Amino acid sequence: MNVMDTRATSALLYLDGVHVSFDGFHAINNLSLTLAPGEMRAIIGPNGAGKTTMMDIITGKTKPDEGSVLFDGITDLTRLDETRIAELGIGRKFQKPTVFESQTIEDNLLLALNVDHSVRGTLFWRGSKAEAERIDRVLEIIRLTDARRRLAGSLSHGQKQWLEIGMLLAQDPKLLLVDEPVAGMTDVETHQTAELLKEINKEKTVMVVEHDMTFVRELGVKVTCLHEGTVLAEGTIDQVSSNERVIEVYLGR
Amino acid sequence: MTPHVLTRSLDRGATIFVLVVAACGVLIPLSNLLLPAGSLFQVPTYLVALWGKYVCYAILALSIDLIWGYCGILSLGHGAFFALGGYAMGMYLMRQIGARGVYGNPNLPDFMVFLNWQKLPWYWSGFDMFWFAALMVIVVPGLLAFCFGWFAFRSRVTGVYLSIITQAMTYALLLGFFRNDFGFGGNNGLTDFKDILGFNVQADGTRAALFALSCLGLIIAFLICRAVVTSKLGKVLIAIRDAESRTRFIGYRVESYKLFVFTLSACMAGVAGALYVPQVGIINPSEFAPGNSIEAVIWVAVGGRGTLAGAALGAIVVNYAKTFFTSGPLAPYWLFMLGALFILVTLLLPKGIVGTFSAWWGPFKERRLLAADAASAAREDGVSEPNPAE
Repeated sequence: MNVMDTRATSALLYLDGVHVSFDGFHAINNLSLTLAPGEMRAIIGPNGAGKTTMMDIITGKTKPDEGSVLFDGITDLTRLDETRIAELGIGRKFQKPTVFESQTIEDNLLLALNVDHSVRGTLFWRGSKAEAERIDRVLEIIRLTDARRRLAGSLSHGQKQWLEIGMLLAQDPKLLLVDEPVAGMTDVETHQTAELLKEINKEKTVMVVEHDMTFVRELGVKVTCLHEGTVLAEGTIDQVSSNERVIEVYLGR
Repeated sequence: MTPHVLTRSLDRGATIFVLVVAACGVLIPLSNLLLPAGSLFQVPTYLVALWGKYVCYAILALSIDLIWGYCGILSLGHGAFFALGGYAMGMYLMRQIGARGVYGNPNLPDFMVFLNWQKLPWYWSGFDMFWFAALMVIVVPGLLAFCFGWFAFRSRVTGVYLSIITQAMTYALLLGFFRNDFGFGGNNGLTDFKDILGFNVQADGTRAALFALSCLGLIIAFLICRAVVTSKLGKVLIAIRDAESRTRFIGYRVESYKLFVFTLSACMAGVAGALYVPQVGIINPSEFAPGNSIEAVIWVAVGGRGTLAGAALGAIVVNYAKTFFTSGPLAPYWLFMLGALFILVTLLLPKGIVGTFSAWWGPFKERRLLAADAASAAREDGVSEPNPAE
């Protein structure tokens, strides 16, 4: 593949013919998907459709058996590890909220800031005003300013989800992969999260995996439905939800 | 830089710890040397040596707490780094014997003469110089830890698998050092030391000085650990301990952090071993025994994992108990007691002595802080606008 200098594609994220199997189970089957810069995409699909595995591939946790995964048109993500991919500007929120429970909310955000992550840099780190301001701003966005000194482990489930989105913001990535951001949230929180993601999307490219169809509808973006590791349907929420196959395998009649 | 690090590292608990160790390091040797023997406050020499041993164990416990308590790396082979530091010091002490050995050979330690060796093996060269031996005390354990960690952490060996291979490492070294042709005195190890830097190792003054140095070593090791864990790097270590893959996805190279802290910890364990050997007068392969490393982990668990001061305290408390019980009629049951202690601490005091104490003291302190916060907030509100609730 000759992709060293010239962009192979204008897409920010480009997956082509990706295959992954675990012990003979084809988790991802000839998956092709492109995400344009600045786009927000919702990914839906039944359990086991390969949504999380796809995120694992993009973030370097799982290596595909076949196929190419390009970031920004030039970087082959399949050759890089998680740390390198994170440094390139791909941030990820996990399905189960994963925050550093025994540390304060502030420290969670401080750790996520995209500053020098080397051993030496962190050993001799001294806080700067710019960093403090960035943390303050993120705290405001995720509405946890008053709780900043509390331990992350003491937050409610919904707040943890928000903190994790806040950590993504602190990371300041080009592409955010958000896995089930509203699982376990109340209706109000779900609505607020949709607003928050739309706000974030003004500057960044976002990929959201979610089961909650009300939420997906609220986002009002292009939807991709995965099934058995491949793209089943793609289009507006109305197109996808009226697709016969999608109704059959996922939405139910 | 330095004052900043100091104020950050020395909170109240840490200051108390440093002051207590410093006081012991000064008062115990002085009482031993200056007060007349038999006086109530005179610490007999045998106790100075015994306590000196505990202090070295406390340094080893600190080194284990740094990796286990803060980074979640459970090493069950840390005794190996302690023993290697001890051997490096032992080699220096052997070379100091010179012609005063049983065979009177000025160039070869007794055990080599006994084995009919004609000349000193190459890896013994340089150990007649103290500075070289002192350097090796840090370099050899550090290098082994670096190589071991390089492979283990890059291959992402974690949890119980890592613990098992650290056990295997120390066991392999145990078997190696047992062999006579390894060149470290085989079964008997290194002993019959005469002097260190020209001072008789048996003399009261030397023992008192070694005790004071061990306390100084404990303070320095403690301050290094505190500086590390209170830095941003310390936060990253805790993040790795609690959610390793999350830390990777934020963009931290987890293996580099583990490698750094594991190597630092091994160097500290090496220094502990080097201070230990002249005080106990012998180093032999039994120091590599896997059981020793496990015992050291128990000290940390008893004192309180992730508290540093607790680890040091645990080492001293458990070893004091060991001395107490193994010298009485309960001696045959000591290992059962140690096992029971580990189980009871895990069940009843999972945070250890210090961890439990701070969990009990913490909410009280926090309430006081919150009350102070509320009071100052109320004052500010009062200045700006009248409280609408009133």
